[in-house]
Amino acid sequence: MKRVFPILAVLTGVLLSYALYEALVVAPTEQTMGDVQRIFYYHVPSAWTAFILFFINFFASISYLIWRTTKADIVALVTAEVGVVFCTVVLVTGPIWARPVWGIWWTWDLRLTLTLVLWLIYVSYLVLRRFSSSGQTPLLAAVLAVFGALDVPLVYFSIWFFRTQHPQPVIGGGGSIDPRMLHVLLINWLAFSCFAALVCWSRYRLEVLRRKVDETLALEALLEPRSSQTRTSRTGTAG
Amino acid sequence: MSTVASLTRATLAKDLRLEWRSKDAINSMLFFSLLVVVIFSFSFDPTAEESRHIAGGLVWVAFLFAAVVALNQTWAREMRNQVLDAYRVSPAPPNALFLAKVIGNFIFVTVLQALMTPLFIVFYNLRALGPAYQLPIVAALGTWALVVNGTFFAAMSLRTRSREIMLPLLLFPISIPALLAMVEATGAILTGEFSARFWIVLLAAYDVVFTIASLFLFGFVLQAE
Amino acid sequence: MTYLYAAYVATWAIHITYLGTLLRRYARLRNEIAEFKGRIAEKN
Repeated sequence: MKRVFPILAVLTGVLLSYALYEALVVAPTEQTMGDVQRIFYYHVPSAWTAFILFFINFFASISYLIWRTTKADIVALVTAEVGVVFCTVVLVTGPIWARPVWGIWWTWDLRLTLTLVLWLIYVSYLVLRRFSSSGQTPLLAAVLAVFGALDVPLVYFSIWFFRTQHPQPVIGGGGSIDPRMLHVLLINWLAFSCFAALVCWSRYRLEVLRRKVDETLALEALLEPRSSQTRTSRTGTAG
Repeated sequence: MSTVASLTRATLAKDLRLEWRSKDAINSMLFFSLLVVVIFSFSFDPTAEESRHIAGGLVWVAFLFAAVVALNQTWAREMRNQVLDAYRVSPAPPNALFLAKVIGNFIFVTVLQALMTPLFIVFYNLRALGPAYQLPIVAALGTWALVVNGTFFAAMSLRTRSREIMLPLLLFPISIPALLAMVEATGAILTGEFSARFWIVLLAAYDVVFTIASLFLFGFVLQAE
Repeated sequence: MTYLYAAYVATWAIHITYLGTLLRRYARLRNEIAEFKGRIAEKN
């Protein structure tokens, strides 16, 4: 296990560099927007990756509710955290793209707004995990994740209809896409997916180790009640 | 099923009776609502034309604040007297308790709205240019949306640190589609420029989805120790 | 286009920040383990 990780990390690094090169140099320049459009190759794959991670979180949460396995709980925690990171990237690159193209920082673009709401829901999820006492954190978090997932289609439809009543600019260009651009987009998506997988794996191992240490320290405190040092072991989810 | 209904009714009656006798929560909340309306009126002082466009948003933000204050004390009485623990070990279905709390909160917030609305009408010279009969429907559906999720998240927040801030923190993001719908529907009815029908249907769908989800999952939350 | 570079730099800044927090948590864990092992060694 330990030897595989550095190899995969290097491979992912190479893939990301190649994808970056493709995005900056190889991809054709867009007609109307110019070079700024290349943000697209980072903005869209990050959004897809975030959505996939949240999707996994949904299944992990349901799995936890049914079978109550620690593994499901840790997967849920990990995908939520890394998902929020990628969501943040989408929310930062979106306005940076919108500003030179449309002259405004924000627009109620469907994908961007959906990402914002997901970001809010999952940040509240992470806050709940940090603030609740460790006994029922996994259960409450799983329930909240289910609520969030149920909310998503409603959010989608509400924003969609809002946009038909109050027309707004569309970031990310609708309509058909040049096949060469699609190629670069997919390469970047592959690279970021590998990167996300590695980060998730690291976070997973960190969490497993964290919980083992917490358990051990708790046991130590139990067995040595007259120990002079005051050990405050953090709960597993706070990390 | 009949046990759920009778248990709900009994719990609801108890809550209403206790609240009516003490009146402490409702009095402070009434005054809070009045303050909110007045402060909003100072902050946003548009012409009659503009006010109809933004009134939807203003009114619902004010209602949201009032609702959060009401929701925060939903379970306070149960916590003080270990009622929740008693409930947990009893064979009574948890849904009955939840439903009673939601209906109680609904009545509570609706009373607050009934008192705040005339003030808003006065301060903003509001008059509905669209179908005014839809307004109570929007109010009822919207309030239920806030209250059903709010009561649920209030229960979830019980054993967290910073309980009072946890509730709005969890409630607001999930409520975004409902809030959008309430605001847009109210705006549509007041200005008469659009039909509010889509938003009303969306609110109804939201209410159905989350009422079922809350009833289904409340048992988990109650048992979480 | 400065906006383009700003976007790419921002993306990696966010990712590197997160990875940084992971590294810091790993380091803290390793410290706790080392301390714990020290206490065990003391008792034996």
